[in-house]
Amino acid sequence: MCLAIPSKIIQINEETNSVVVDTMGAQREASLNMLTDPVSIGDYVLIHVGFAIRKLDEKSAQESLDLYQQILNQDEI
Amino acid sequence: MKSERITLKQIIEGFRNPETVRALSKEINREAEKLQREVNIMEVCGGHTHIIAKYGLTQLIPENIKFIHGPGCPVCIMPKERIDHAVILAEKSDVILVTLGDMMRVPGSQRSLQESRSHGADVRFVYSPLETLKIAKENADKKVIFFAIGFETTTPMTASLIQEVGKKNITNLLFHINHVTVPEPMEAVLQTEGSKIDAFIGPSHVSVIAGAKIYKPIVDKYKIPVVISGFEPVDVMQSTLMIVKQFNEDRRDLEIQYTRGVTFEGNIKAQEMIKEVFDIAEKFRWRGIGDIPNSSLKLKEKYDNLNAEKIYHLPHESIEDHKSCRCGDILTGKALPVECKVFGKACTPDRPMGACMVSEEGACAAYYRYGRGLTNQKVLT
Repeated sequence: MCLAIPSKIIQINEETNSVVVDTMGAQREASLNMLTDPVSIGDYVLIHVGFAIRKLDEKSAQESLDLYQQILNQDEI
Repeated sequence: MKSERITLKQIIEGFRNPETVRALSKEINREAEKLQREVNIMEVCGGHTHIIAKYGLTQLIPENIKFIHGPGCPVCIMPKERIDHAVILAEKSDVILVTLGDMMRVPGSQRSLQESRSHGADVRFVYSPLETLKIAKENADKKVIFFAIGFETTTPMTASLIQEVGKKNITNLLFHINHVTVPEPMEAVLQTEGSKIDAFIGPSHVSVIAGAKIYKPIVDKYKIPVVISGFEPVDVMQSTLMIVKQFNEDRRDLEIQYTRGVTFEGNIKAQEMIKEVFDIAEKFRWRGIGDIPNSSLKLKEKYDNLNAEKIYHLPHESIEDHKSCRCGDILTGKALPVECKVFGKACTPDRPMGACMVSEEGACAAYYRYGRGLTNQKVLT
């Protein structure tokens, strides 16, 4: 129920305050009514029942993945 | 050198990587050896229950750590009398009842919405609440009733729809509100007699909207760790590790594992939309748990003209579950699905007796579907 899928913005419609996003190959429209941060094409957003609820923090995602790489490297030693 | 942007595929696959899950499992096992006690972790959100079952994560944690499956599935906790409301409204000849797909198969005291539809009721399931606007416009001669369900994640979308109704001057769209909140049932399960919960894995997207701040009073009052976790198996394993480390370091803190999505303050705009449209209701009867004060929302009085519960006469008597169904014990962490007599026998996803078997996120449905992943889970009672 509370799923939110990371998706990529591929089109912005300022008139309707909405975007078209690509979610693992499927395209759909999403409202920007709930976002205050400005978004650009190529940004990643979390989509829940037709609304972008948050811009994905790419830096944090990268930091988490870097940490896992360290854990994996230690694991191999 | 131009720094390359991380791709969405790398992010998604990175948090599902089975090698990382295994490495974190080893780390959890190492840390758990130092534990002086058993640690029971309740994952509050039904989405996490589903992930734990789907990826067999209970097999990857040691004996002294247990997952207890919490009440965070809005379909599972909906009492029968409110499902009956949806059915009663749907079966009125001038009504189109609109809701999210999760509600479709939930049995009320007489039947489910799906069964009502097969008997001729006009029930429609939408992906986004905003689609309801179009249905209302195209059916001006009908009353369109949006049966709103969900936790903090989904509440602002209903608020947005209600605001649009005002702006667009639509007069045939009404609302039946069943929005519930997460911190109050967390506190209720902690206060349940015999509660065995030592820590919480906090929900992902409820927290994106409401912020980590909503759990701070619980952490402070009960001195219990809450770690807000992302939705992928790597997220859940890392969150489990963070909880075990808290016990080893004698800490009881609020931490965010899901840093790519959650901040302390959350989505302020969404929170303001909720406040504009809703007040906190005095109480809500949670299926299997009972009345929990201040755990749900109701429309503000200024929206009485949109409030289906005030416009239609609907029965409010409580309707209990079948006495063999242990959904209540399961939702409060007192029993596992396999400890229920009717699990997998009289109660299956095709013929559910209780709501925990209905939704994909219900603990019973997850156990039924992914039983292989849960065989190592220890019996609680």
